Amino acid sequence: MSEEVSRGATSGASGEASLGAARETAGGGEPGAAGGPVVETRGLCMRYGGAEVLRGVDLSIRRGEVVALLGPNGAGKTTTIEILEGLRKRSAGHVRVLGADPEHGDEAWRARLGIVLQSWRDHRRWRVRELLAYLARHYTPYTGPGRPGPHDPDELIARVGLTGQANTALAKLSGGQRRRLDVAIGLVGRPELLFLDEPTVGFDPQARREFHDLVCGLRDQEDTTIVLTTHDLDEAEKLAHRILILLGGRIAIEGTAAELAARVAGRSEVRFTCDGRSHAHTVEDATGYVRELFARHGEAVSDLEVRRARLEDVYLTMVREFESGRRTSWTDVSP
Amino acid sequence: MNARMVAVRAGLARGRIEFRHNAGQVFGYVLFPVIALALLHFLSGTTVAGSGLSLGTWAIPGVLAMNIVFTGLMGLAMTLIMERDDGTLLRAKATPNGVLGYLVGKVAGQAAMSVATLLIVLVPAGFLFDDLRLGALSSWLTLAGVLALGMAATLPLGAIIGALFTNPRDFRFVTLLLMGLVAVSGVFHPLAALPAWGQWIGQAFPMYWIGLGMRSAILPGELSEAEIGASWRHLETVGVLGAWAVAGFVIAPIVLRRMARRES
Repeated sequence: MSEEVSRGATSGASGEASLGAARETAGGGEPGAAGGPVVETRGLCMRYGGAEVLRGVDLSIRRGEVVALLGPNGAGKTTTIEILEGLRKRSAGHVRVLGADPEHGDEAWRARLGIVLQSWRDHRRWRVRELLAYLARHYTPYTGPGRPGPHDPDELIARVGLTGQANTALAKLSGGQRRRLDVAIGLVGRPELLFLDEPTVGFDPQARREFHDLVCGLRDQEDTTIVLTTHDLDEAEKLAHRILILLGGRIAIEGTAAELAARVAGRSEVRFTCDGRSHAHTVEDATGYVRELFARHGEAVSDLEVRRARLEDVYLTMVREFESGRRTSWTDVSP
Repeated sequence: MNARMVAVRAGLARGRIEFRHNAGQVFGYVLFPVIALALLHFLSGTTVAGSGLSLGTWAIPGVLAMNIVFTGLMGLAMTLIMERDDGTLLRAKATPNGVLGYLVGKVAGQAAMSVATLLIVLVPAGFLFDDLRLGALSSWLTLAGVLALGMAATLPLGAIIGALFTNPRDFRFVTLLLMGLVAVSGVFHPLAALPAWGQWIGQAFPMYWIGLGMRSAILPGELSEAEIGASWRHLETVGVLGAWAVAGFVIAPIVLRRMARRES
């Protein structure tokens, strides 16, 4: 990708940063405490020894929203999610998840969360159905009006496509099967808020497609609020209402996939071959550029390809700019 | 039903499932006491002071007590260290009352394993050594009581050790300590034969008392003469083991919560 794209992202950022926050989602207008954000952080900081992993993360996630947390390795995605899950003690900042501070969330609070951890090697001798049924039992006391209790393990196993492995020991599952079980475990208590930490690692394309359908179902039919981390930009684009990019311990930018792509507003990449040499240019006005191209070179131009900037281009540009130290923030650009 | 009770019952189910998974390991647990008993069988020439009982027979309850402490305490500690590392504990933390269910399951599974080990060794021993009182119901009731109390006293210690140590290699230290404890716990020889300081150290720890209780259960009554105070000291046994159990059950959850917080 060329330099122009980078600058395009820069100039486009100024007016767009707040767009994501203004978006309406289902259930956003509920009255009372239930209408407040499901997840809220202000100035969330995390230090490991001398290393600052999070330097002031501000988040607000509404009921029914699906939010993807993106960022390079070591950006603090897992740390953020573990703090929200109440599995890690933060260094500083304000955090509310489902109305409680995760550090002091009680078991009834925990029963409203679904947690898909990063891949582990636990319970290797347990069978799929055995483990799911065992974990489901813990949720049975937390039923009531509007809370139907845990899923039937067999139904859930079928839903994640593991019926054939229901009596298989976890140690004998493939990586993708194991991950699907992890997702089932996250869902077993019918969570209001579901955390997915790199859920599709090790999935083949078909399993990935099935997982995406599953998440879309949760999003559209069950109104589950979902926070997921991923490295897969297409996945983020497909599943999430809103994408947050974490760079250097802060939310560098957020918005819908379309909004983020608009940071390179109208920019496209034009590739062509002219007199046997291939060219690639990133331009603002692709149509005008191509018109002029033909006017100048006519028949000499071949293999023409015009491609709009995709989310991946935006993301890679930002990471590169950040890592080269040229920019550390995209949200507070002065006009 | 109360949510914690649900978790306790789930934990018992967990104990049953994991006992089934680990049933194959019972032979590993049985190996040491069987070797010890085989050696003791050859000690039939030596008798315990003031009685006609062979030292070999006398030592059986002590060896079994030692085995309960070793397997229960070390088994639980090892499991905790391993499962903290492989994500099992994290999974438990992510589940409502999951840590409670996990602990109940671990203790139940380990206890079942200890009982199975004991039975596998004790029943054949009853045929091999004539003087064991295994025919009387009272023997088995006392045995069950001592076992329950002994495991209540030692299993929380296993959980605490598992929470304090992060590396199985640091464990050699604990193993050495336990070995030293065997020497002053009257396992292979009546404690009364030891110098006073040795007797005091031995009597401060559960191993001696579990052994004493088990001797009272399966040895002929007159053998109490060989013990300190020429008595089975049931009251003191309940007192000391009870104190260890209470301390363990108070401290273990605190240490485990600390560990769980540190862990992610």
